[in-house]
Amino acid sequence: MNGLEAFLLTVITASTPLLLAAIGELVVERSGVLNLGVEGMMVMGAVSAFAAAYATGNPWIGVVAGAAAGALLSLPFAFLTQTLATNQVATGLALTLLGLGLSGLLGEKFVGQPGVPLPKLDVPGLSDIPFLGPVLFGHDVLVYASFAFTAGVMWFLFRTRAGLVLRAIGVNHTAAHALGYPVVRVRYLAILFGGALAGLSGAYLSLSYTPQWIENMTSGRGWIALALVVFATWRPLRVLAGAYLFGAVWILGLYVQALGFGLPSQLLTALPYIVTIVALVVISRNRTLTLTNTPASIGIPFVPDR
Amino acid sequence: MIWLEKRPAPSRLWSVLSPFAAIGMALVAGAAMFAVLGHDPAEALYVYFLEPLTSAWSIEELIVKATPLAIIGVGLAMAYRANVWNIGAEGQLVMGAVAGSVIPVLLPGWNDPTALLAMLLLGALGGALWGWIPAFLKNRFNANEILTSLMLVYVAQLFLDWLVRGPFRDPGGFNFPKSVTFEGWHVMPAISGRVHLGTIIALLAVAALWVVLNRMRYGFEVRVMGSAPRAGAFAGFSAARVTSASFLLSGALAGLAGIGEVSGSIGQLQPSISPGYGFTAIIAAFLGRLGPVGVLFASLLLALTYLGGESAQLALNISGKTAQAFQGMLLFFILAADTLVNYRIHFRRPGAGEGSAP
Repeated sequence: MNGLEAFLLTVITASTPLLLAAIGELVVERSGVLNLGVEGMMVMGAVSAFAAAYATGNPWIGVVAGAAAGALLSLPFAFLTQTLATNQVATGLALTLLGLGLSGLLGEKFVGQPGVPLPKLDVPGLSDIPFLGPVLFGHDVLVYASFAFTAGVMWFLFRTRAGLVLRAIGVNHTAAHALGYPVVRVRYLAILFGGALAGLSGAYLSLSYTPQWIENMTSGRGWIALALVVFATWRPLRVLAGAYLFGAVWILGLYVQALGFGLPSQLLTALPYIVTIVALVVISRNRTLTLTNTPASIGIPFVPDR
Repeated sequence: MIWLEKRPAPSRLWSVLSPFAAIGMALVAGAAMFAVLGHDPAEALYVYFLEPLTSAWSIEELIVKATPLAIIGVGLAMAYRANVWNIGAEGQLVMGAVAGSVIPVLLPGWNDPTALLAMLLLGALGGALWGWIPAFLKNRFNANEILTSLMLVYVAQLFLDWLVRGPFRDPGGFNFPKSVTFEGWHVMPAISGRVHLGTIIALLAVAALWVVLNRMRYGFEVRVMGSAPRAGAFAGFSAARVTSASFLLSGALAGLAGIGEVSGSIGQLQPSISPGYGFTAIIAAFLGRLGPVGVLFASLLLALTYLGGESAQLALNISGKTAQAFQGMLLFFILAADTLVNYRIHFRRPGAGEGSAP
């Protein structure tokens, strides 16, 4: 395996969790809901996936548990913001704080335990093709799932009637409600989907990226996924491109660190966060771009009249 | 099904009751959590919430922990009132601590009351400047301040980590990642036991912001921009100015809390200087219903969860991590209870069947 192959492989592993979480949050935001709890759902997904895989020895059960935990944790957020019309920013923050707290509690006895890594899908023959083989094949199933979800979300949002309804609700919930669309029900489903994908993203971290449980192991990836959705101006393909760009930055930092150059390791660790800020600035300064793409009812509580 | 009906005016009763309802629900949920973890809920709740109040030592500790929460919380409450979302107070706390520590670390010879005053000013300045970055990026480039302020937390923590392992490390400290130990006037004077000058600062901050919010033009501007930004714009209030002011103020207070922690409680810089006070203060701000006096009481309660977490760990071997989980639940419940202030809740669709029955 040469250097470029190794680099691309690590970029894929760094990008997959970002892509999974961001594509889920994209659907949530397209429906007009801002869920700042991605980090909390992700970290709960990570600890639940690890625990389930550890208890059963079966990483697949871990994957299911991760997605389920993310979805389960998104339920109180959905209930508060949709049924009780609470402030979405504050409720999302509460979700993140709760997720970080609960995961620390649940994961305490798993710290330092060996994980159950997700198997790589080796395709005999194909994986042996020089360069393309290892880069395209031989990943675990969640890598392919992240692409499948991206394609599925694109198809759903822009090629189905239900997707059109979801986008309409995100643009103007009052008009959508007047037309008889079930605003609150659609948003509940969108939030659950976003939670499940955030949980899946956490499962990837604790079953594949580093198959172990480390407290706060998401280290801000949920927040970066949120920034990615803005950076991608709420478009799935751009989320895919953005996730890989950020993944590459993450890995470049590690490479530069390994090579030395005398740069402080902390600066390189801070790189993804700094790049996130820069990316947000670059995309947001173009007001027409953001204004025309932002789902207009995002973050605004909706209380149906009778 | 639950249906909300908007109240003609916010309920005064519920605006007083909602924090208590939230605390009540959190206690019930906490009891359930302890039961699930295999402990006697009554005993656990006693150890968690009452035992720390039974000794003078732990009451001092309670005040020590409530101090940074109150200082940060009042600043955040002002920002949230104005609909400005600073969630990076933890980073501003760190940068305040770093800026204030410049004097004991780099100018150890300057050790008199003016040095302490300069440390406090530098702390506030460091926090304010770090907090100003998201405001500037918001006003100039329209960048989302929630995400930028949060990202800057990680950057600040890594900067501190680098400092205490590099330029600020104590040369005589056996290579431990710590600065020199602060001495003399570099340490906040104690009031009683571990309670230090920071507590006075917290009380002053609460009083000052109460006056600003209720008696001054800026407070009015904040309230208008938060509740009716369009009306504020017509009145000539500038959203950009309120954004900058909110971040500068909440950042300065977080920075002050940071230097207060380092100088008053820890006594030196080290890689980790806060158990998440900047985030817990967000909960304090909401639990205090975004009012300075409310935040003060909320800070005491949240400090109790830190303390209760520690004592439950010692006495009952319950994980100390329950404190954080508890704080998160508390914020959920307060947000849910706050719905009652503005809405009446019906458990059946109101008016159903009136015109629609065949």
